[in-house]
Formats: sequence, structure tokens, C-alpha cells
Amino acid sequence: MDTSAFRAWVHESARLITAEAEELTRLDAAIGDGDHGINLRRGFQAADEMLDKAEAETPGAVLQTVGRALISKTGGASGPLYGTAFRQAGKSLADATEVDVARLGSSLEAAFNGIQQLGAAHEGDKTMLDALGPAVTAYQVAAEGGADLVGATRAAAEAAERGLQETVPMLARKGRASYLGERTIGHQDPGAASTVLILRALATVAAGEAT
Amino acid sequence: MTEGLGLVGIVLVSHSEALAEGAADLVRQIAGGATVVPAGGAPDGGLGTSPDKIEAAIEDADAGSGVVLIPDLGSAVLSARSVLADLAGETTAQLVDAPFVEGAVAAAVAAGTGADLPAVIAAAEEARDAAKF
Repeated sequence: MDTSAFRAWVHESARLITAEAEELTRLDAAIGDGDHGINLRRGFQAADEMLDKAEAETPGAVLQTVGRALISKTGGASGPLYGTAFRQAGKSLADATEVDVARLGSSLEAAFNGIQQLGAAHEGDKTMLDALGPAVTAYQVAAEGGADLVGATRAAAEAAERGLQETVPMLARKGRASYLGERTIGHQDPGAASTVLILRALATVAAGEAT
Repeated sequence: MTEGLGLVGIVLVSHSEALAEGAADLVRQIAGGATVVPAGGAPDGGLGTSPDKIEAAIEDADAGSGVVLIPDLGSAVLSARSVLADLAGETTAQLVDAPFVEGAVAAAVAAGTGADLPAVIAAAEEARDAAKF
């Protein structure tokens, strides 16, 4: 994937999050403070606009620009979390101009570690990590098995979707939802749902199917 | 006392602009002399937190002896952490796990006496165990 593909990823993520903003907010209203879709739409639209003006000339620079925009503009917990994820992913790509399967895998892992460190959450806490964790693992398994970018990103998106479904019976241990305790059981985690969209956007772009 | 430097500054990070400003007013009234800077609300002024506001508040509160950040809830902690990670090495600001109002008062009273950063942090943390009545 080159710089323009990474720009396309951000654009497609912003498009999907904008389209699904109401659904994300509905999920968040059930167990959180009901602003996830609104906040994330604002953050990703700002990131997309900032990227239009920015000179980001490498994939790493694109992701770091997105990270800064998300941290600065989102307004909720998802801003620093996704912002840190994109920045760490961007840093891990350094000055590379072309990102291959293995490199993208390490950047996804860097994103996971960034979120985990900032939020002090673990898989099973009913957070975005419950979608991202399985996605990173599935990506790496696919890559080690010889998958190309299309196959590995598709495996990641599918695993994230399964991870999202698995958040339904979980008890939330982080964020506003954690105050609700057992009442969070039976609902999808909104953060995991937005992670699915971002990874679906990645798979779409890798497959050359972005609109 | 820290010599040749100003007092430890206090930054109050809240989801609500009104809550941060109100708490800062209250704390200044009780603990006159300390520098207390509010960093409340989302970037657009609505409910939420803003790393940009937090960063600016740290700068305003920093008189050379360090800054204590007291968050209200959830994303205030994450936003503050992301700012501190960014400023790593450029600031002595520290995030403290303390009750918002009582912690801010305790920190500001300590800071107002010229206590150093570790002492101000300890004062804020100890506020957790202080009974209200």
C-alpha cells in the first residue's frame, strides 16, 4: 500500500463512520453516554479534511496526521484512543513509502499496543480491543500463511466482526459502561463496532474496491 | 519551598466547561494564591474533553515548579494521558488520581504554601480518605 492507499483508507473510514454514526450512537446510548457516533464522525471528518490540506507524503505521515486530528477534534474517549492507535501505527511505519503485508501487520500491532497502554484495558473488558485484538491475530496468521494484503486485511476485518459479536455477552469493565455493570451484558460494544468499520475500510481499500 | 521558581500549578480537567471553571473559582477562593487553570469541555465547548485545551492549560499553569492535573472521569484521564505522552520530557506535569473537588482544594492549599510537586500530589491523593463530615 502506498501513500494514496493510506489516504483512501482514512477517507473510506470517514465515509463508513459517517454512514453508521447513528447506529454507533444507538449502541452507545444503550451502555455508554450516547455520543460515540457523533464524536467519531466529527473526529474522522476533521481527519479527512486535515489530510486534504496536509502534505503528508508517506503512509506513516498520513497516519500520524490522522492521529493528531482525532486526538484534537473528537471530544470523547475514542479520540485519544484511536488517535494514539493511528499515531503509533504511523510511527511504526517510519519513512517507508510502500507498506507490504508484514509491515502493515506490525503497524496494526503497534495500534493495538497504543490503545492498550493508554486505556489500560485488556481483551475481554468489552472495548475496541475485543475487535482489534482478534483482527491483529487473524491478520498475522493469514500473513504467515502467505496471504497478500487483500487476504490478510480481509481476515482482519472478518475477525474483528466476530470479535464484535463476542462483546455481546461481556461485562464492561472500562469507561462509562463500567458503571452499569451487569446491565451492559447483552449489548455490542460501540468501540468494537467502530473498530470493525475502520478495519472493513482497510480491507475495502486493499482490495481496490473503495468508492 | 522551591527556590527561584513559582508555585506548583493545578489544572482541572472536566467534561464540562462550567464544572471546570466553577471548581477553579471555588478552589481559588479557598486556597487563594495558587494557580488553578480550568480545562473543561469538548473542542466545540460541548460536553467532552479536549487535549488542546489541556495542553494550553498546562502551559498557563506552569511556573517552573511542575503542574498537577486532576481529571473528573473517563475520557478526561485518557485525554490528559495523551497530552502528557506528547509532552514527554518537556513537562513535569503529572496526572493525579484524586477526587475532583476535594483533591483540587487539597492540592491548591498545599501548592499555595509553596510545597513541591511530590507534596502537592500527595495532598491531592490523600483527599480521597478525608471524610466529608
